[in-house]
Order: sequence, then structure tokens, then C-alpha cells
Amino acid sequence: MEFSELIRTGQAQAELLRGPEAPPLRGTLCVTGHHLLLSPGPQATPDLWLLLLRSVDSIEKRVAGDCGTITLRCKDLRVLQLDIEGVEATLNIARSIEALSSLESVITSFPFFYRPKGLRLGDAWHFHPPERYYKRVAREVLLRSSQPLIGPQKRRCAEDEALLRAVLAGSRPGARGFIVDTRSAQTAKQARMTGGGTEAKAAYPGWKRLHRPLERGRPLQESFVHLVEACGDLEQSMDHWLSRLAGCRWLAHVKEALSTACLAAQGMEREGACILVHGAEGTDSTLVVTSLAQLILDPSSRTMAGFQELVEREWIQAGHPFQLRCAHSAFSHARPKHEAPTFLLFLDCVWQLGRQFPLSLEFGEGMLLALFDHAYASPFGTFLCNSEQERCLCEVRTRTHSLWSGLNQLKEQRKLRNPLYVPNPLALWPSVEPQSLRLWQGLFLRWTRPPEPSEAAWEKVWQIVTDQEKTEGSQPTVSASELQL
Amino acid sequence: MEHIRTTKVEQVKLLDRFSSSNKALTGTLYLTATHLLFIDFHQKETWILHHHIASVEKLALTTSGCPLVIQCKNFRTVHFIVPRERDCHDIYNSLLQLSKQAKYEDLYAFSYNPKQNDSERLRGWQLIDLAEEYQRMGVPNSNWQLSDANRDYKICETYPKELYVPRIASKPIIVGSSKFRSKGRFPVLSYYHQSKEAAICRCSQPLSGFSARCLEDEHLLQAISKANPANHYMYVVDTRPRLNAMANRAAGKGYENEDNYSNIRFQFVGIENIHVMRSSLQRLLEVSGSRGLSVGDLYSGLQSSGWLRHVQAVLGAAVVLAKAVTTESASVLVHCSDGWDRTSQVCSLGSLLLDPYYRTVRGFMVLIEKDWISFGHKFSERCGHLDGDPKEVSPVFTQFLECVWHLTEQFPQAFEFNEAFLLQIHEHIHSCQFGNFIGNCQKEREELKLKEKTYSLWPFLLEDRVKYLNPLYQPQAQEFAVLEPNTVSFNFKFWRNMYHQFDRTLHPRQSVFNIIANMNEQNKQLENDIKDLESKATNE
Repeated sequence: MEFSELIRTGQAQAELLRGPEAPPLRGTLCVTGHHLLLSPGPQATPDLWLLLLRSVDSIEKRVAGDCGTITLRCKDLRVLQLDIEGVEATLNIARSIEALSSLESVITSFPFFYRPKGLRLGDAWHFHPPERYYKRVAREVLLRSSQPLIGPQKRRCAEDEALLRAVLAGSRPGARGFIVDTRSAQTAKQARMTGGGTEAKAAYPGWKRLHRPLERGRPLQESFVHLVEACGDLEQSMDHWLSRLAGCRWLAHVKEALSTACLAAQGMEREGACILVHGAEGTDSTLVVTSLAQLILDPSSRTMAGFQELVEREWIQAGHPFQLRCAHSAFSHARPKHEAPTFLLFLDCVWQLGRQFPLSLEFGEGMLLALFDHAYASPFGTFLCNSEQERCLCEVRTRTHSLWSGLNQLKEQRKLRNPLYVPNPLALWPSVEPQSLRLWQGLFLRWTRPPEPSEAAWEKVWQIVTDQEKTEGSQPTVSASELQL
Repeated sequence: MEHIRTTKVEQVKLLDRFSSSNKALTGTLYLTATHLLFIDFHQKETWILHHHIASVEKLALTTSGCPLVIQCKNFRTVHFIVPRERDCHDIYNSLLQLSKQAKYEDLYAFSYNPKQNDSERLRGWQLIDLAEEYQRMGVPNSNWQLSDANRDYKICETYPKELYVPRIASKPIIVGSSKFRSKGRFPVLSYYHQSKEAAICRCSQPLSGFSARCLEDEHLLQAISKANPANHYMYVVDTRPRLNAMANRAAGKGYENEDNYSNIRFQFVGIENIHVMRSSLQRLLEVSGSRGLSVGDLYSGLQSSGWLRHVQAVLGAAVVLAKAVTTESASVLVHCSDGWDRTSQVCSLGSLLLDPYYRTVRGFMVLIEKDWISFGHKFSERCGHLDGDPKEVSPVFTQFLECVWHLTEQFPQAFEFNEAFLLQIHEHIHSCQFGNFIGNCQKEREELKLKEKTYSLWPFLLEDRVKYLNPLYQPQAQEFAVLEPNTVSFNFKFWRNMYHQFDRTLHPRQSVFNIIANMNEQNKQLENDIKDLESKATNE
């Protein structure tokens, strides 16, 4: 298929409005196979404005007189407005964007054409072989799986039972195990009707089952949509805002996810138990819990490299279906099919952890924002497809660049790193009381609030830290008591 | 003390109200003349000043003992379990007596002795000098003068003696106007903006009823307009909701009729009264203090309490003031009913937006002395220092501090002081340890001889200045000359560090703020060392 078939108008004169803070940009608008370009006239700055078409979540067109307006709502929650000369041009451009932004073929997507300078194909694709988080000294393990296929006949599986027995046997003598089922007891039981279910107590001696229902799928997507809607309304009264914030339930989901992760981590750390986490498929809420539990317990997963490994291992290789879940973000009018912001929920929980332990994560908010943006639309191949198998078939690893090699370039570091990081060998137990949780303004209000004061303050923090390193020639000094109060 | 029957109880348990595991610390409870003290088995001390106690409650006896719940004005809540009911009863009764004083002379400030001599104490009181402050603003000048009309508190008991008024306003005009205003609180200068030549003035509501007029009052307002050479119209901002102001007309009070005053632009900004604010905060604390709270409960509680809506309204009114002065060079007259609650909030916040000086440690002290203490915000009644009418108690000053906190959150580099400074000031409006906030107006303070018998808080805060500094402060930054806060709803957050300041389990486990402050301090130290060494090297 040729992209040119989908492009109805090559170019038009347009003005781009990027929100209340940024000045408007005027120039020649141009649609290409993967991008929307705006090239300012020769008198203006020579910089091209570039938007990956894949990042368009919804498009709205209006015409009046002999011009038109296109409103683009992007997957990173940005809202852009294009005022275009010519009715025909407006309609054609809108149709082209619509067609090109919703192409489903993976191998014609931009990552297969993206060849940035300074990066070599194949770099940073190879991490250590996947392994679960494993405490070598204490011998407790954290496992994840999908639900057992008990079915209506209450089937048993000797090999599965033996496997879980072996897990306990491989731990210290007398070790116990907890199965954290991320569905309610009732949902888990109902799953038997469709061939699934949950572990029967009698069949798995030594294992105790706990149900911690986490929201997933459609309701989670709707929660996200409602929150983003509320965040876009600058005129609303305080009452309306607070009731929408309560009503969308997003922070309640954050609280549940963090509490369940704390439960799993606590089982390992304080009770020396082995933990198995699963829901239904083991590719959504399961991953939120296992990856957060590792951040809580394992200091090495809190470094820049360790966190990338964690995402690679616990999300990408574990088969979180990114392509399905992130096909649309919060603005799409299309009826959601498989979309759900599971990965965003994880990132939000990490952000909350970072707020409560601001010195203990090597990466900063910028890293979490970058992961959100790239999961939904990216020139890199890392978040393409739904599983390892699909990635193999599409030869993603040999034909696209890895996001990690992009992020690990030197010029990106200041945006992504936490200047105040000091390795913390202890477990991080966050407070999950609602008074301790906050709306992630840096993400949900990224494009609506003026960023200057907080960015300037952040610059100042960097400056103080750099001064400190210059004068001291060393890491910032932090006493042990400041690591955990 | 005659109120203390039991001075020491052992094996008392202190419960953590937010811990899910019902953790308790065991220790010994001591009752002194001024404090309740709990020392746990780690030898950690918890001091509770009797004046901070808002309520004491003895709950039904349980198997482990008798629960005693103490709620404090600084938002500390402690839950003790006393093994024997008799002890619990004794402590309960003593605290009831000790936490409510009948006379000013029994307040802590009159016995507090920080080991300073008389001249040190006097110097402490002279640290903040309002005459100096008016000079800094640029008055007196050709348009504004110091009036001696209130020299003996004759015209207005609740105003200070030194008042600045338009030069063309004669004494009969002032006297006439004061008779037409609630409690005699006639229009006077609160803040003068030197480069715009515009003034923020304050007063109480006019006694206009449905149709009454007062020529002197009309003249005084006109004089304020004329004292501004840049702009001949002025704004009159009534900080009350329109309905409340209209209801006041039936009682012979009310608001200015635009037809009777030349060149005024009148507007309401809709801030609710002290009773609404009191129950709003009460409701908020009930919600946020409950155990096992869900996220939904917290946010619907925040909504139904209305607290953040009120904070937004107060800050919104201050923005109106600052805009009128900066964009139109217009003067503004602010009032509410009596002109000592909402008016103090709005005038002081407006000045804070306009003038970077008030965002320094010292400037903020001056601001509080000027718009709150000297202009007669009734601290003793609003804070319930003495056993009095509970309907007079209201968190008006707390709300002001919260507005300032919201500004520090929105402009992290515009303030010299930090959150700890605001919390410390809040601590002391209730502690009655220092004389500043005792009494309801300057006349009363003079009668109490506070400057002879008590100490001022400010020198003690200045001594600890380092603790209260904001490491990110950029005093020279031009973009922070005038603050233009965005009052969109999502910029307002629950102030956890105020309302849960003692619930440590709810707080971040690490503080960015302390780390940066330490680094800054170390950097400065090293820079000084380098300078020292350099100068030594050049001298040799």
C-alpha cells in the first residue's frame, strides 16, 4: 500500500495554535506518510514543526467562509488547533490525517523507517535474560502467571500443583506462599464458567489465596477519559472539579494498585513468603502489581538502567498487549475495544512513589512522561506489537530502533534523571492514605497549566546540585537518617 | 496549680490514628502548669501546650483502659489510653480547666520567661516598626498624610492610633465618615503602590440602610479617588456575597450606592462569613481525620466542606485588587461587615501579590503586624484564647496562611520563606506564648501592657531564620515582581502539611526541601571558604 493514496492534499497555508502559553506558528502545512509538518516561511525561524501522525487521538474539523479549523487531540493529551486557508484543503487534510493516523499495519509504521543519526540498529535491544525478581539471600520468590484453567468441572492439574509445591520446597523449609488474585473472589469464581478460575485451597497446600480486586479494561479506560475531560475544563467551579475528581475514581485505582503491590511486597519482606500474582490473563493488573512490588523491594530496579530493565521484562517481554491497550488515548470517540491505561496506572503509581521518596529513584518525572508518550506513539520500536511472538514475526528488534538507546543518549539525561538521587538500600513503603496521594499534575495538566514556575524551580535544583558536585567533587551527602524517616 | 490533681500517670498508651496496625506507644504522661507531656519508652517527648487544646473527650471504658482524645488547635489529635479510669478522669478534669482561661493575665505569655532582660525584650518589640513600613511604601507624601484623629482611640476603638488618610480629607470629614461606618471603621490607607500612585484602602460597611447618605463619607471616598493622580475612578470591593450585604440593609447597614458616590465602581466578590468558614473547616477536619478513608470520601468531603471553594474566593478577591492597581492604576477600597476578617485577608493578600517585600521573612512579619494585628483582627476571639463565645471563633487567619501557601506552591521561587515558617506562625497565634496575638485590638493590647509583660514572637523567629528559608528563592527575578496567580480550580489542593502536620505516617518519607537547603548551605559555606582563602592568599 502506498501512503500517497491516502494523502489528498499535499500542502496548505495554516496557523498552528498550541495552547495558551506558546505563540502561534504560521507557515506551510504538509502531510507526509507519517508526519504532519509545518514549515514557517523563510523570514521566520527555520525550525520545522513536526507531529507524528500516529500520536493523533481524535480529529475534529470545522469550516467557515473560505477557511477551516482542525482540532487535533493527541495521545499525549495535547490539544492543537490548525487554522487552514481553503475549505477543500481543510477537508482533504483532515481526511488524510484521519486515514494515516489509524493505520493498523505494524511493519509500515514509522519506527520501521526511523533512522536517527548517532544510533545503530540493534543497540540496546539486548538486556539480561528475563528473570523474576529473586532475593538470593532470603530465598523468597515473586511469581506471576495467568489464571488456572479450572473450568466448571473443577479440573485439577498435577503438573501445576507440583510446580507450586516445588516453589515452596525451593524456598526455606516451612515456607508459605500467598496467591494474590487481582480479581474479586466472585469474579474469580465466575471465571470458571468460561474455563478459567482460581486455585482451590485443597489442591495447593501451603498456599493461601488473597483477593484484591483491581480495576481493568473498560472501566479503567473510562476513568482515564473522565479524568482527562475534567482536566481540560478551565472554567469549572471548585465543586464541579472536586466531584469529577472523586467521580472518575482514577486516584482510587492508584490507591488500590499501590496497596496491592505493598501487600505482595510485605508478604515477601516481612513474612518471608513466596508470592504468586495473577488475574485472568496475567498481562495487565498482574504486571502492575509485580513491577511495583519490585520497585518497593529492590533498589537495583530504581536506577535508570534497572527501571528500563524492569519495564522491558515486566511489561514488554511479559506480553502486555501495548498495541491493543494504547491504540487510543483519552480523546478518541471510537468505542473502546481493548484500550486500557494499565501502563499509565503503573507510571502514576511510580510517580506517587517518587513523590514520597524523592531521593530514592534515579529517574525523574521526565522519564515517566517519556514512557507514557512513547507507549502511545513513538518513532522507536520498543512498544510495538502485543507480544514477543508478534515482535519476532515483524522483526522489530532488527528493523527498528530501541527506545532505550534513544533515551540513553547524553542530551536526554537532564530531562530524565532525578538530580537528587542517592541509592537507598531499604524497601520503600509508601503511604496509601488518600491524603498522601495526589493528582499527577505533570501529566494530566501538562498542557493546561503554565509550566514556567515549576520548570524554573527544577532548573534551580539542578544548578544547586551541580554546584554541590563541583565544590565537593562527589555525590551529594545524605546521612542514613534522611534515607527513611 | 489548684487544677492539677494528678501530675504523673504511668503505662499510658498513645495510639497512632492513621496506622492500620493499631500500633501504640507506651509511656508516661505528665501534667505541668503549662503543658501535657508524654514520654514514650524510646524517650521521645510529645509536648502539648494547654492553650493548644481545643477539646478533650473521655470515651467509654475499654478492656485496655480509659481512652482520652485531645484535639488541638494546631490540628494535632492525640488518642491516649489511660489504664485506670480514675487517673483518666483527673487528667480530663484538669485539662478542661487548664485549656480554658477566664483572664488574659492567666495566659502563658504572662509567665513565659525566655531569660531576656528588659532592654532585650523592648528591642524585640521594636523590631517591626509600622511607621518605618509606611515610609517604605512612600507615605506621607503630597497626597497622603498621617492623621492624628484617632490619637486616643476616640473615633475608632479597634483601629490603631496612626492612620494614613488623603491629605485633602479634613478632620470633620473623617469624624463624619466614621459615624457612618460600622464600629467607626472609616476608610484608611492599607497599602500604597508608589510607582502607580494607587492605594489599597480599607473600612467597614456603611450604615446606609435602604437610603441613608452621609456627605462626609462621600467626600472621603472622593478624596481617596483624588489622591490618585493616575486614575480618577476607584473600585469599591465589598468582599461579602451580594445577598448577605443586602440583608444587612434591613439592619441599617449595607453597601455603597453607586449613584451617591462619584466615580466609584462597586463590586461584590462573594466571600462567606466567619460562621460559614468555621463549619466548613470543621467538616473538612471531620472527613480528613476519619480512619480508613477512601479516595472518594476525601474528595467528596473536600467538596461538601466547601473549604477549597472559600480559599479560591479569598485568593480570587486578592487578584481583583492586584489587577486594578497594576493594569488600571486604580485605587481600591475594600470592606466586609466590620472590616476585620475578610477585609484583612483580602488587603494583605493583595499587598503580597503586589509587593515582593511582603514575600520576605521580615516583610511577612510586617504584613501581619499591619493588616492583621494593628487593624484589629480579633485574634483572641477568633482563636478562642479565653473561655468565651464559641460563635466568635473562626479560622480566618488560618485561611489567610493557606492562601499564602497556595501562592508558594504556584510560585516556588517567589518567597523567601518556606512552609515551616507559615506553620510556625500558625502554631503561635494559638500558643499565647508571645504577646503579639493576644487581645483583639491595639487599645486592648496597650491596656494589657503586653509590651512590658510579654515577649514578641518575631525576634525568636528571626533567630531561627535559617530553618524558615526557601532554598529556591530568587529575589531578583523580574517575573515575580507582581504575582499573577491562576485561580483555576485544579490549582487548589488539600494542605496536608497543615491539617495533618502531626500525622507523620501520611507524609513523604524523604524531604527534597531539607536536602536542597542543606546543599545550599554547604555550597555557601564552601564559597565563603574559597573567598577567605583567596583574600588570605592576596594579602600574603
